[in-house]
Amino acid sequence: MEQHIVFTAAALVTFAIFSFLYKDNPFYKFAEHLVVGVSAGYWIVILYNTSLVPKLIEPLQRFFGGRSTSLLDPLVIIPAILGILMFTRFVPKIAWISRIPISYILGIGSGAAIPLVLQTFVIQQIYPTMAMFLPGGAVTWWDWVTNILIFAGVFCGLAYFYFSARHEGALGGVSKAGIWILMIGFGASFGYTVMSRVSLLYGRMDFLVNAWARPLLGALFGG
Amino acid sequence: MADIKAMLFERRLIYFLIFLSVLIPLFMEPPKTVRVTPEVEVVYDRIDSLKPGEIVMLACEYDPSMSAEMSPMTIAVLRHCYRKNLRILATGLTSNGVSLIESELKQVAEEFGKVYGVDYVYLGYKPYPGIVIMAMGEDFRNPFPNDYYNTPVDELPMMKGVKNYQNVALVLTVNSTSGIDYWITYGQGRYKFPLAAAATAVMAPNYYNYLQSGQLFGLIGGLRGAAEYEQLIDTPGSATRGMFVQSVTHMVIVGLILVGNGIFVYGRLRKRS
Repeated sequence: MEQHIVFTAAALVTFAIFSFLYKDNPFYKFAEHLVVGVSAGYWIVILYNTSLVPKLIEPLQRFFGGRSTSLLDPLVIIPAILGILMFTRFVPKIAWISRIPISYILGIGSGAAIPLVLQTFVIQQIYPTMAMFLPGGAVTWWDWVTNILIFAGVFCGLAYFYFSARHEGALGGVSKAGIWILMIGFGASFGYTVMSRVSLLYGRMDFLVNAWARPLLGALFGG
Repeated sequence: MADIKAMLFERRLIYFLIFLSVLIPLFMEPPKTVRVTPEVEVVYDRIDSLKPGEIVMLACEYDPSMSAEMSPMTIAVLRHCYRKNLRILATGLTSNGVSLIESELKQVAEEFGKVYGVDYVYLGYKPYPGIVIMAMGEDFRNPFPNDYYNTPVDELPMMKGVKNYQNVALVLTVNSTSGIDYWITYGQGRYKFPLAAAATAVMAPNYYNYLQSGQLFGLIGGLRGAAEYEQLIDTPGSATRGMFVQSVTHMVIVGLILVGNGIFVYGRLRKRS
């Protein structure tokens, strides 16, 4: 019975969201605000329990309660102070202090990200693009076809974004081919996007029909 | 003509047709076969080749809004792993999905009679996925001294001798966020472990280049990928049913595109004459 009540509430909220397809209305607004509120509330609780409690509150409790076995426990005060300094943004006169934790975050983030991002998103991506020029990169004739296609596709795509010269003559032709390559890419992405959205609609309909309506009707009419 | 055009282009009629095209197939028996693509098969083969007891790390990063697409992937992979008596180390690095992922882990574990702490461990959520992924490369205990249920990781029998990515056979990230980028950059890029991704259909095309570069060894894309995996493990589920719905809806969409273009061409020809 409890499940039927919960599922009926979920079904009503689903209908409220779908009602937007007809036109904007208070039921949709209510459901929309409910989603945002529930998500934010859930996120805060999860963040508090998984981050603030074990990383800050518990070590401080251990330290001040004399139960600390790790030298690191009192050190959590440093990130705690840095975190509190972020709130100085709300006081314009001392807002500059928030730059200290921000610069710390930026420093850590950049230091960790820049070499790895360059390595994984640039250097390791160049390798398969140039595979046919490398030993063992193309073995069969089909490897050659695909490698040439990839190389030409990347070259033409990049040429389209080369704006330092007028797109005329050879560059014009290459950049036109680049547009075609980009359009094929966008087409594939769009096809996948439609598939993804239909999947989500199917998920909701499956819930409405198989998880909510059928069991509820079965319980009501004994089917 | 103008009235017919207005009626055909009425968006509510299009919504209604799409609604019907999703609803009606739900009451029909779906065909059980889906053509399996190499990028999904390679994930299956890799998991299938593992020895019993080896650990598969499942990094699930999705929330209930994407559950329709992502959950079938997680469930299909879990079923395959448990059938092979593999052990699962799971994380849920999306705050709004932690409970959902826990329920899926529990559901499939119960199906196969698997015991928590022995056959599978759920580490749960910690914020800032990039940093968490890097920290796990040193020791899982750094970001997760305790598991999702607040049990110290060292007290879990499965975690004995399991320190970092070197102790897991492979990592599969089931992901509807930009988390795959984090796994490629901060995980595979830094620690060089075998990484596969299961992504939403919207995201999947963006990750084919990582397949080609070898940064990902496999890719399960969207509900179709999930249906392929269900076929490989010979257990049709919601993804297989969903693909039938997909096919019908796509036919309706293609039909609408043809009708729209037909009316456009007809209108142009009439204008000329």
